[in-house]
Amino acid sequence: MPETAYIYDAIRTPRSKGKSDGYLHEVKPVALAAGLLKELQQRHDLDTSRVDDVVMGCVSPVGEQGGDIAKTVVQFAEWDESVPGVQLDRFCASGLEAFNFAAMKVASGWEELVVAGGVESMSRIPMGAAGGAWLNDPEVNFHDGTVPQGIGADTIATLGGWKREDVDAFALASQQRAANAQANGYFDRSVVPVTDLNGVTILAKDDFIKPNSTMDILGGLRPSFAAMGSMGFDELMLRKYPQLPAIDHVHTPGNSSGIVDGASAVLVGSEKAGKDLGLTPRGRIVATAVLATDPTIMLIGPGPAAKKVLEKAGMTTADIDLFEINEAFASVALRFMQDLDISHDVTNVNGGAIAMGHPLGATGAMLVSTMLDELERRNKKRALIALCVGGGQGIATIIERV
Amino acid sequence: MSEKIHGFIYDKDTDGIVTITMDMDGPVNAMNEQYRQAMAAILPRLEAESGLTGVVFASAKSTFFAGGDLRELSSIPRGEEEGQFRMIEDAVKAPLRRLEKLPVPVVAAINGAALGGGLEICLACNYRIALNSPKVAIGLPEVTLGLLPGGGGVVRSIHMLGLEKALPFLLEGTRMKPAQALSAGFVNELVDDVDALVDSAKSWIKANPEAAAQPWDIKGHILPGGDAWSPVISGILSAAPAITFKKTRGLLPAPERILAVAGDTMSVDFDTALRIESRGLAYLITTPEAKNIITSGFFQMNSINSGISRPNDIAPTKVKKVGILGAGMMGQGIAYSSAVAGIEVVLKDISKEAAEKGKAYTAQLFDKQIARGRSSEDNKNKVLELIKATDNYADLQGCDLIIEAVFENIELKNKVTKEAEGFLAEGGVYGTNTSTLPISQLAEASANAENFIGIHFFSPVDKMPLIEIICGEKTSDETVAKAFDYARQIRKTAIVVNDSLGFFTSRVFGTYMDEGARLLQEGIDPILIDAMGKQVGMPVGPLTVQDEVSQELSRKAAETHREMGVFCSKGDNSVNAEISERLIKDFGRGGRYHGGGYYEYGSDGSKTVWPKLYELYHKPEMSIPNQDMKDRILFRQVVESLKCLQEGVLRSVADGNVGSLLGIGAPTWSGGFLQFVNTYEYKGATGPAAFVIRSNELAELYGERFSAPAIAIEKASNNGRFE
Repeated sequence: MPETAYIYDAIRTPRSKGKSDGYLHEVKPVALAAGLLKELQQRHDLDTSRVDDVVMGCVSPVGEQGGDIAKTVVQFAEWDESVPGVQLDRFCASGLEAFNFAAMKVASGWEELVVAGGVESMSRIPMGAAGGAWLNDPEVNFHDGTVPQGIGADTIATLGGWKREDVDAFALASQQRAANAQANGYFDRSVVPVTDLNGVTILAKDDFIKPNSTMDILGGLRPSFAAMGSMGFDELMLRKYPQLPAIDHVHTPGNSSGIVDGASAVLVGSEKAGKDLGLTPRGRIVATAVLATDPTIMLIGPGPAAKKVLEKAGMTTADIDLFEINEAFASVALRFMQDLDISHDVTNVNGGAIAMGHPLGATGAMLVSTMLDELERRNKKRALIALCVGGGQGIATIIERV
Repeated sequence: MSEKIHGFIYDKDTDGIVTITMDMDGPVNAMNEQYRQAMAAILPRLEAESGLTGVVFASAKSTFFAGGDLRELSSIPRGEEEGQFRMIEDAVKAPLRRLEKLPVPVVAAINGAALGGGLEICLACNYRIALNSPKVAIGLPEVTLGLLPGGGGVVRSIHMLGLEKALPFLLEGTRMKPAQALSAGFVNELVDDVDALVDSAKSWIKANPEAAAQPWDIKGHILPGGDAWSPVISGILSAAPAITFKKTRGLLPAPERILAVAGDTMSVDFDTALRIESRGLAYLITTPEAKNIITSGFFQMNSINSGISRPNDIAPTKVKKVGILGAGMMGQGIAYSSAVAGIEVVLKDISKEAAEKGKAYTAQLFDKQIARGRSSEDNKNKVLELIKATDNYADLQGCDLIIEAVFENIELKNKVTKEAEGFLAEGGVYGTNTSTLPISQLAEASANAENFIGIHFFSPVDKMPLIEIICGEKTSDETVAKAFDYARQIRKTAIVVNDSLGFFTSRVFGTYMDEGARLLQEGIDPILIDAMGKQVGMPVGPLTVQDEVSQELSRKAAETHREMGVFCSKGDNSVNAEISERLIKDFGRGGRYHGGGYYEYGSDGSKTVWPKLYELYHKPEMSIPNQDMKDRILFRQVVESLKCLQEGVLRSVADGNVGSLLGIGAPTWSGGFLQFVNTYEYKGATGPAAFVIRSNELAELYGERFSAPAIAIEKASNNGRFE
């Protein structure tokens, strides 16, 4: 590759419940993301005219999230008029895909400085608001056999033999790890408080974490997808997985990712851009990969994607210090660890979306900041980040401290 | 059994209805500390009241509730936004939210004006009954004060009426009469008898015991007219900023913030919208714009209109018969304004024909109003009957006021003074309408200089709200008082200034046109010069306004002043005079009504720069930063206003601010050319200190005329303000 793509900084907003009583409901998505661009500018006294592009993931790009929100964010943040912006949508991978695109733009040598990130106000623009033929067109649906993701997650658990206690135990660990990390300030470098137009703080820290979770509490929650499955979606799924007698609906709100609002931003650039602007690189992007697997079960892409990215990098899991798999559902993470034969000890070490929530388009780039901070804190070298993605896709990226 | 709690009388009747009669300290009920204490005490009491069946909010004052405490609001400095936000949330909004969540119906019994916070209290009631009286005004005028309705006014109006219907009231601050408020949906019922008001409220409670929930608290409530997902609403939201900008030019933060809050209200739930609204108000409270508008647009305007500039030990007077000399543009307008106020008018010109033509102007104005349905033939005839058009001085006999409005020529004015003043009634006042000639000098022609005064009207008289009263050296206090009373009688705002070349308004206004002329001479594109004037917030650009005033008038004034040996002795308008003289002498361009000036005017109303102007002055390579041009245009006028204060031409800061707002077109956001200095922010400084830094910078770059006057330097050094 002509250039090395460096990570100069990675920041995010705190995440809060994505409902009308969540703290960030009052913050419009444009303002949520613009706050991060302002922070990037101020932290680094950044000459924004040097930024070649701003790439932002957003999964429901309609209403106030519509109309190429990345460009609107650039303007609302009062960045230089010359800075363009583009919104992309690869479902839940959007934030990481934005980061990967930024890496490719820089690595190709065609652009020097790119901001990648994402934004999703799930409280203001509800999940599914953008529709799509894959969900809402009966002909397409009959053709593809698309089934709601939660049923896919339950199927993964059933296939893997993970019972309710297994997924709940994973969820509990996520809560405990996130609570511990927050309490010890592990997120402080990345998390930028959200303020109002007066500079008054609206939310300073993730507030979705439930540190007092117990197996009893988690065990008391009702399965989320049993009713939906019995409507016929289970049958659709079992057409593809006839070896299963039934689907065990183990996922609940307690072991699935939370619906939250949030945004993320990562500054990616070439060595020259960093030198010109006096920026110190925190890491570099080693390799990226994306692929697709069975769209019906939908959520088994991360393992294959991770293998693909390792192969591209000429590495094995032994070369990776920390793994981060987006906790869309507990079974997704369990399957990922099984696929790669890795331990929970080095995976999602500070918890994940089950504890902190998954603001769809923003999450991927949030995980970059989480990993970068943790590599630095542990003085380790490499991390692999992966997410499951709508349509059976999987995405993975390896980053390395420099 | 009633009890007074922090100014609220709490009275429970045998039916279980509690009437809260607001009777706060001071002349009106207002949203101040006492109110906040009252609400904090009353809400828990109502919530705990056993056997409660309803609540009536009433007032013991002649007004219902006057809204926010503007003195308190305008004193809050930058940096206090968070405290304001918390106060609005906790002490204003929370109690109103608790009020509307009481399990019983709450009714507002509106006996008088319910404006701003007053209406916001009513909107937190389940039902609103208003007295059908012209004394009752209902509305949310916050926007006119640089604020927004932060007691739930924006959000509740929208949830009650829908965005489309609510927006005009929020953005214009419309004051509604009861019938209008009823048809708009702000009140539910009118009663004709003030004594029946509370009884009607109680009857409604008894008839509707279940009507305790607000629409927005009922499950399934949807915004009337749709939310952000409605194509109609998104259409309104996308057009509203442009429509607002056309009016504000982006210079007024309040309407922008109201629109922002309204936009968010379309996307979030009721309680979240309320919180966003609080943040918006907290933001606006500390803006310079709000402080400026409240200080001069409200307080100083009120004090001027209530006579602060009038000698106060003289009994009020009334003009019964006014004589007007000269039936030209000014004279005919003065005749109209006086006759409309019920004053008998004698309109005198050299010929009967000219006088009748002046009188016909009044008929024309009425015909326009009649065509718009705003007046009647009957009214027109009554007013016309009050005007006598004449060529005979003898008809002036018995006038208690004569206003001379002939051409700006000393000899002519002196001649007319001598001919006319003998017809004045005993103790009558002789006023001269001049914008350029010294009053004391004109008074020399009078046998009675104590009764001689300058009464400077603005054109067109029927539209312009200001009169500048100018005291000559010998003018008596009685004469000032009478001139002032006359101004109020014809419903104008009057400032009182001392005699000096150009007085206040003409002198400052001259610098506006002169700075435009200087930019032109330096080679700036005329279109850009006028655009800069408008971007600063002046009604029209300096070159356009020169065309309206006419180069001819500027030339004549310069000529007269040269003859008098006073040319540019007060306020340097030499470049403007020079260019006016050149344009007339070499090119016959005397102004818009003299066949064109800087611009050419098409019969279709079109306006294009006179092409030769580019040839004469334009230097395409010349470039001055826009901000510098805007500051030059503004600072010239501010510096001149400060000099007027320093020299005693202005007798008060209030006169200067109100005079510049109404007479010169000082931008609303500035609060007038003196108030501007108080809140000006530059390079980390605020007020006169900031002003001195910037004006001296401009002086260094563009000339001595921008140097900060001593009075500003003094204020800067003791961190004072112009008050």
